[in-house]
Amino acid sequence: MAWPPPDSRMAPLLAVEDLLVEFHTRSGTVRALDGVSFDLRHGEMMALVGESGSGKSVTAYAILGILDTAARISGRVVFDGRELLSAGEKAMGAVRGSKLAIIFQNPRTALNPIRPIGKQIADVLARHGNVTAAQAQRLGVEMLAKVRIPDPKRRAAAYPFELSGGMCQRVMIAMALACEPALLIADEPTTGLDITTQAAIMGLIAELVASRNMAMLLITHDLALAAQYCNRIAVMHAGHLVELAPTRLLFATPRHPYTANLIAAAPGEGAGLDRLSAIPGTIPDLRRGDLPACRYSERCERVTPDCRTGPLLRLDTADGRRVACRHPL
Amino acid sequence: MTSSAGTPRALLSVNGLRKLYPVGRKLLGRFGRTQPAMLHAVDGVSFAIERGETIGLVGESGCGKSTLARLIARLIDPTAGMIWFDGADISTMPARKFARSEWRADIQMVFQEATDSINPRFTAARAIADPLIRLRDLRAAALRVRVEEVARLTGLPAELLVRFPHQLSGGQKARVGIARAIAVEPRLLILDEPTSALDVSVQTVILKLLHELKQRLALSYLFVSHDLNVVRLLCDRVLVMYLGRIIESGPAVQLFAAPAHPYTQALLSALPNPGARRTRIALAGEPRSPIDPDPHICRLYGRCPRATDLCRKVAPLLQQIAAGRLVACHHPVDEMAAAGP
Ligand SMILES: Nc1ncnc2c1ncn2[C@@H]1O[C@H](COP(=O)(O)OP(=O)(O)OP(=O)(O)O)[C@@H](O)[C@H]1O
Ligand SMILES: Nc1ncnc2c1ncn2[C@@H]1O[C@H](COP(=O)(O)OP(=O)(O)OP(=O)(O)O)[C@@H](O)[C@H]1O
Ligand code: SF4
Ligand SMILES: [Mg+2]
Ligand SMILES: [Mg+2]
Repeated sequence: MAWPPPDSRMAPLLAVEDLLVEFHTRSGTVRALDGVSFDLRHGEMMALVGESGSGKSVTAYAILGILDTAARISGRVVFDGRELLSAGEKAMGAVRGSKLAIIFQNPRTALNPIRPIGKQIADVLARHGNVTAAQAQRLGVEMLAKVRIPDPKRRAAAYPFELSGGMCQRVMIAMALACEPALLIADEPTTGLDITTQAAIMGLIAELVASRNMAMLLITHDLALAAQYCNRIAVMHAGHLVELAPTRLLFATPRHPYTANLIAAAPGEGAGLDRLSAIPGTIPDLRRGDLPACRYSERCERVTPDCRTGPLLRLDTADGRRVACRHPL
Repeated sequence: MTSSAGTPRALLSVNGLRKLYPVGRKLLGRFGRTQPAMLHAVDGVSFAIERGETIGLVGESGCGKSTLARLIARLIDPTAGMIWFDGADISTMPARKFARSEWRADIQMVFQEATDSINPRFTAARAIADPLIRLRDLRAAALRVRVEEVARLTGLPAELLVRFPHQLSGGQKARVGIARAIAVEPRLLILDEPTSALDVSVQTVILKLLHELKQRLALSYLFVSHDLNVVRLLCDRVLVMYLGRIIESGPAVQLFAAPAHPYTQALLSALPNPGARRTRIALAGEPRSPIDPDPHICRLYGRCPRATDLCRKVAPLLQQIAAGRLVACHHPVDEMAAAGP
């Protein structure tokens, strides 16, 4: 069989369709994701934004097949022409870390605590390219330099506990990039970094996206960062994907009331503490049996009774946007 | 005593604080002895925190902020230097003993990596209750009431209290970390990147809470953050660190308006700031190694746009350039003058 299939150039690299994730816990079922659909083309940088707890990381873990065993998943995740949710653990293991890499939100726990960082990067390189052990070692040091670890040659011998939080994050990034994935999922990759280092790291990722036609799903709560690097932005709220739009359009004319509030809540320059405002209300308890059709309805100023009773309407517009709202702006 | 040591009544004051870690293989030292290479994580830091004062600590990733925070929180032992808390020397007590001392409740810390600091077998409620049980001897109903109260204050929905860490999102875990540190109402709260995992909405809740606690309880904060906007909003004074040293300090308003050290200037130039005539300054070149740094060379040398020959012969000391403002640089920027009247 020809692989990849001849038409895969045209097909999106990643297609997520109607993804649903529920967690069974002692205190009830958490409906973490419901009806999440989006796709990503080769070489595209897309952002997934939304409040804390909105389901960004769960989406990433579902794609990678690394959710908690208490999770029930349904829907489809098609990556590079192959359905992943029904693929076995063995097949998934092969995809993960070769064509599909992730930078975890908590990098220190994702690194091997008892192996020097230089060796960990070299391991990845040795597994993926046809390089000798010595070459892998040298390339590993180069990767460390690229993510701006000072004195990379000597620091390659360091163990994760000997590194700062931001350094662990950068080592994780180096490892993810070392395997030259077709898709990189970056979960808050630069949250622990100062602005100068952040700019350097994002620049490095953007360069690789361009030169290797790599795609990236950037998970972040930083709208400015998303806007700077991504051509499309998907907004999540309480497990729903509420809006998906080209970046420029999203900021110019947000259609979902939540998106509009999210953009308005971004801190302006020079605003005092008293001028900062939180988005009113909180994400509803996702265990509730009576979750409204629109999970934003209890916080929304445009709400009408049918927003609650449903069903949730997902509107695709001609300009390539999607809005899950009955009364879009 | 230099002005950096603060007033005698300062809540916390540190002097000449150092933390060196042995790294890698041993090198041959003078006289044929072997001595390990040393990584200078914190290298001679002095400053003070007054009662009710919020100090911001900023600097590049890996410059030593968390190490300094952990030294002051007495989670690790200093290689050298003094730490006074409320007039008492707390630098000599081993970290293990400090954990059981009367001071433990007075100095609390919010960790940069929430995941690592919460016991994976504790529910969120149990994690928050832990310091209340150990340090405040709270039990039963009173304990439950207090746990629910701090969860509410930190914007942690009550239904999440029964969850284990792996069942919480990154930002939810971060709020558990903040809730348990404020629960015992410490006198000094050290926050290491407390808001970096939080979206703006939750961040606002936390910043307002910190401000309110400061007003009500005269809490002092050491606030480590790479988010300069948040530092500007919250902090009275700012310390800028570079490769283990404080290279500039001063009142937040002045430091943001007119940074004096070339590194601070470069750092702040990356901030969008429509009012200022600032252009973005990128520091070229490689950062110097933190391992056995040459004591005679300025640590920014090699990346600094203002460097001269002097900078690689004599390391600059932290000196006063104006009331309350200290800078370690041979050629500080006088931005007020540069911008004209
Ligand atoms: N194993 C689990 N069991 C039960 N609930 C879970 C589990 N994992 C995640 N959740 C819940 O699912 C929701 C989505 O979590 P997720 O980690 O995706 O949030 P997030 O958008 O990444 O937020 P953050 O920005 O804080 O990291 C949260 O309410 C979280 O508490
Ligand atoms: N236990 C240790 N052993 C050896 N080196 C260490 C240890 N802990 C920290 N370091 C080193 O000390 C330096 C300062 O680390 P620290 O964690 O204090 O940085 P930081 O300023 O908090 O950085 P970040 O912003 O990335 O969190 C780093 O070079 C780090 O590798
Ligand atoms: S002392 Fe010299 S090298 Fe160091 S920051 Fe100042 S000008 Fe730059
Ligand atoms: Mg997350
Ligand atoms: Mg740190």
